[in-house]
Amino acid sequence: MSNGVFYERDRGIHPPAYFPDYKTTVLRSPRRALLSLQQSLSELTGPVFGNGDLDPLDNDLLLNYRVDNDPIGERIVVHGRVLDENGRPVPGALLEFWQANAGGRYRHVKDHYVAALDPNFGGCGRALTDANGWYHFRTIRPGPYPWRNRINDWRPAHIHFSVFGRSFVSRLITQMYFEGDPLLPLCPIYQAIPDAGARARLVAPLDLEAAIPLDSLAYRFDIVLRGRKQTYFENRPEGF
Amino acid sequence: MTTKVLQESASQTAGPYLHIGMMPAAAGLERRRNQPGNVLARAGALGERIRIEGVVYDGEGCVVRDAMIEIWQANAEGKYDHPDDPQQKAVDPNFNGFGRAVSDFGTGLWWFDTIKPGVVPGRHKRPMAPHVNVLVFARGVNVGLQTRLYFSDEAAANAADPVINLIELAPRRETLVAQRSERDGQVVYRFDIHLQGDRETVFFDI
Repeated sequence: MSNGVFYERDRGIHPPAYFPDYKTTVLRSPRRALLSLQQSLSELTGPVFGNGDLDPLDNDLLLNYRVDNDPIGERIVVHGRVLDENGRPVPGALLEFWQANAGGRYRHVKDHYVAALDPNFGGCGRALTDANGWYHFRTIRPGPYPWRNRINDWRPAHIHFSVFGRSFVSRLITQMYFEGDPLLPLCPIYQAIPDAGARARLVAPLDLEAAIPLDSLAYRFDIVLRGRKQTYFENRPEGF
Repeated sequence: MTTKVLQESASQTAGPYLHIGMMPAAAGLERRRNQPGNVLARAGALGERIRIEGVVYDGEGCVVRDAMIEIWQANAEGKYDHPDDPQQKAVDPNFNGFGRAVSDFGTGLWWFDTIKPGVVPGRHKRPMAPHVNVLVFARGVNVGLQTRLYFSDEAAANAADPVINLIELAPRRETLVAQRSERDGQVVYRFDIHLQGDRETVFFDI
């Protein structure tokens, strides 16, 4: 691993803070320019997690909130790699994921959508990437659901991902979508991403090779975190 | 040899139900083991025990009740619990430095019980005033917002801080300074975050 600073964040591939089609951004978007900072020890460090931080069922959403039956829905495996911008695996990355159930209902005190809760499904889990950056978990495919934005807005099926690399500046929260979802072109949260390639990279393709015959389909979702620059000259080490 | 060959994955909002994945107890799901939370200072942690609390406000001054705040800070000696911190200072086994809190669904208040961090060297060994690194996530926030919390009783150190000094307008600097008070014998720092408006917090692009 190279110990230089991180590449600057390319704001052109991220959704802008202010995107009026997603109405909540109107009053929650800073209007002043962000203050550009060179990275110091405060940004190059961050919390580090280990296998001891997880429970064995954290990556099994079919079982981790099961009461007396399997959750209802299409059984799927989600797997992929966490890489940095240099194309290198990020080992030990903590992923947290959460999602609606098969009917599009979240197990959350504030979700009052009419679709039924599933008593056997919590909809949250965690995983840590292995030495080569790989992670996997199994779950059910979440359903789409309506949300209060424009009068008839629907979220495409998605799984939320929270990712910790090894520094506070590589922290990322994003969403994984499913190949072929007809709601994707209509979703202002997804369409707020200005770059078509960046949008496409959040769509997980069906991965038949990873499917478990007679059991579960599989989807592949790779995540890229910010990478560190090579330090070529050491006469004035970066940061310190 | 390294070179940039991939682009970072695009950020998306954490949404209104972020609690399910990152703070399950708040969503109504039973607490899991090792859940990061808002109490950072375990028994025996060195340093001055403090509470940090605040509310997130939107551009019209309305309380944001579905935000999540994450903090990352050095220990009382100014050492980060991270392998890339090269300082010859001791890690505190009772203090990791990472915390996570969510806004109360009623009042919007979030809080941390932590210790006051020490001085950390900045770029070119120039000391930085004691500070806490802060990330804000919420519905309607498309990319997590990063800022820093400084301490009102560190006026001299703040005046020399290399990051605060990048902010040209003095009133804008004040948005990063938490105000110290005492309540029932406890030291409390108040740090309200304004996402937008006249008192908009200074956020960073790092």
